[in-house]
Amino acid sequence: MEQQFDTSKIGMWLFLATEVLTFGGLFAGFGLMQSKYPQEFVEAHEHLQRLAGAGNTVVLLVSSFTAVMAVLAVRTNQAKKAAMYLWLTVGCAGIFMCVKAYEYTHKFEEGLLPGIFYRHHGDLIAGSHGYATFFSFYFMMTGLHGLHVLAGMVLMSWLAIRARRGDFSDKYYTPVDLVALFWHLVDLIWIYLFPLYYLIT
Amino acid sequence: MEHTLTTGSITGDRPRPVKNYLNETKGLWSWLTTLDHKRIGIMYLIAVCSAFLIGGIFALLVRLSLLNPQHTLFGKQWVNAEMYNRFFTLHGAIMVFLFIIPAIPASLGNFVLPMMLGAKDVAFPRLNLMSFYLWCIGAVMAVSSMIIGAVDTGWTFYTPYSTTTDGAVGLMTMAVFILGFSSIFTGLNFISTTHKLRAPGMGWFDMPLFIWGIYATGVIQILATPVLAITLVLLLIERVFQIGIFDSRIGGDPVLFQHFFWFYSHPAVYIMILPGMAIISEIIPTFSRKTIFGYRAIAYSSVSLALLSFIVWGHHLFVAGESDLANVVFSALTFLVAIPSGVKMFNWLTTMYKGNISFETPMLYAMAFLFLFAIGGLTGIFFATLAVDIHLTDTYFVVAHFHYVMMGGTVIAFLGGLHYWWPKMTGRMYSEKWGRIACALVFIGFNMTFGSQFIMGGQGMPRRYFNYLDQFQPIHAFSTYGSWVLGAGLFLTAIYLLASLKTGPLAPDNPWGGTTLEWESSSPPVFHNFEDQPVLEHEPYDYRHRTVTHV
Repeated sequence: MEQQFDTSKIGMWLFLATEVLTFGGLFAGFGLMQSKYPQEFVEAHEHLQRLAGAGNTVVLLVSSFTAVMAVLAVRTNQAKKAAMYLWLTVGCAGIFMCVKAYEYTHKFEEGLLPGIFYRHHGDLIAGSHGYATFFSFYFMMTGLHGLHVLAGMVLMSWLAIRARRGDFSDKYYTPVDLVALFWHLVDLIWIYLFPLYYLIT
Repeated sequence: MEHTLTTGSITGDRPRPVKNYLNETKGLWSWLTTLDHKRIGIMYLIAVCSAFLIGGIFALLVRLSLLNPQHTLFGKQWVNAEMYNRFFTLHGAIMVFLFIIPAIPASLGNFVLPMMLGAKDVAFPRLNLMSFYLWCIGAVMAVSSMIIGAVDTGWTFYTPYSTTTDGAVGLMTMAVFILGFSSIFTGLNFISTTHKLRAPGMGWFDMPLFIWGIYATGVIQILATPVLAITLVLLLIERVFQIGIFDSRIGGDPVLFQHFFWFYSHPAVYIMILPGMAIISEIIPTFSRKTIFGYRAIAYSSVSLALLSFIVWGHHLFVAGESDLANVVFSALTFLVAIPSGVKMFNWLTTMYKGNISFETPMLYAMAFLFLFAIGGLTGIFFATLAVDIHLTDTYFVVAHFHYVMMGGTVIAFLGGLHYWWPKMTGRMYSEKWGRIACALVFIGFNMTFGSQFIMGGQGMPRRYFNYLDQFQPIHAFSTYGSWVLGAGLFLTAIYLLASLKTGPLAPDNPWGGTTLEWESSSPPVFHNFEDQPVLEHEPYDYRHRTVTHV
């Protein structure tokens, strides 16, 4: 059992490494484009709602905390408490997604869209592709991150149901531990995304 | 377990168990749903060999197209430029993504790695089976992309051509995306297995060198492949929505694609060659009856090749408008690759020195590898040299160079490994005589096909061109004749190997006198590999403890 847990954990860490590299590619591409269009990127980032982004950062940090508490609860055989913490995590993730949906709606209304769909008027450097490129990366990276949040929500809900049923104990809590690890990575990626997009100077 | 003495088992050998992994359960369904690493390895072997056959047919078609500058056969033109572009794209894409990348790790590695570690199976058997089915889905998509439409971008999918051209590029890139995950899961599985399932008494430096090679490969599969995945997603989105990341007309940067692509695809070259080197490190000590020379140096060189692979990708962009500084840095880093490669070469040669060498088919392939990889590796140095690179970029010299590494290295090693472990996998011996003849044909045919391309490339014949000047005709024709010899050798190999399944004599447990744990099991192995948990009693390649049985 001990060995199975260790093995699964190694597997999870390796999977997380692939996630980091996946996002790493996008981060590198963003950096390159930023050096190509520095002014446009600064100007484009003014259209993002900094408060919404900051709020979402706090929400995700809280959700990471509740995820840790859920692991702690299963390890001390408190099934009900674990289920509650897992649902709280799902709740935080839900808030995050709602705020994100609100932000996306705003972008759609303003025409701040990727590539050839860019329709915004009144940019300082008229005709530059830099604005559209900024939003290409914005939607791609926050979109991919959002998909991870959704995946996390599904997994957490499944675990919450199982935890309530009493599937986990201090003897066996591998899935909770692994999903929590995944969730911390999702949180961590956002912590990098937030300053990258919302706090350009 | 019940034992009976079966006819053909060698005197002095343990009696063959009646039940083994091949007959433990019966029927196609039991194979398709198996979680046994040996059966998955065999299924992978059949799958990658089928891909090799398709890719090989396209290779022969490419060579046949170039037989003469008029592209005629019996006085009639039979191929046009568009068809030719599809031929080489499908040859490249199928060989790279469907064959070479999974060939050694997923087939031979799957079979042998857990056995060498003394384990019952890999760490995640379900993930292993899923990896195989992802490969199948990817293969079906890749093959249907050539039926539905045309893919003529070359296997590198360079933008902006790939984002603007018609055809089934979208389907092909999705196929490669899925194949990438198949590869990631294999790597993830092997790394976890190596960490956690080693036999009692087996420390890191008691592992056979094959494991070190596959482990290093796994590291690359995990760290590089995700970047390819995200690049292909970007390529697909660019194709469909034109978001302006790679297409310069809408603000993108096509060189960014090249950076992304080679950040994966250069390490991918090491995904291809490291397992080949890993096999050679097994074959050479076994057939020299001698402890491997410089065990730790070979182990470390595998790991350092894996790490170096991540910082040399820029040498594919020397003529793509990279800054001079970047060019010089990437050039210098690329030279470093020669060090671990050289360490391996010299250690293998030193292992053979004063060894008691016997020249059976696997050893012949290993020696062919040493010869061909030396040429492939050293011509790589030409390309690391900036001034020379500019002259040779996109000529046949490149084609010859990477075929000497990929085919002369990886495929030859794959064939060597296949012959080496064939008795273990199937429980049958193949015909040694035909094995040697086929090996000679492959070696001669290969050198005819690609050796001549060094000459053409040096004289300036560009790669991928459909038309060429008359002056190149004799060399092109010679290369095409070589491809026929090579094809004949491989065809012969397929025949005698398949024939051995029916008519081959039963194989002893340890036909070559190997010292690693997989030879401790019966041939073919029982369902859980070993009847008792093997315990490591001596380090690998320790021939003092072993008496050699010749077949």
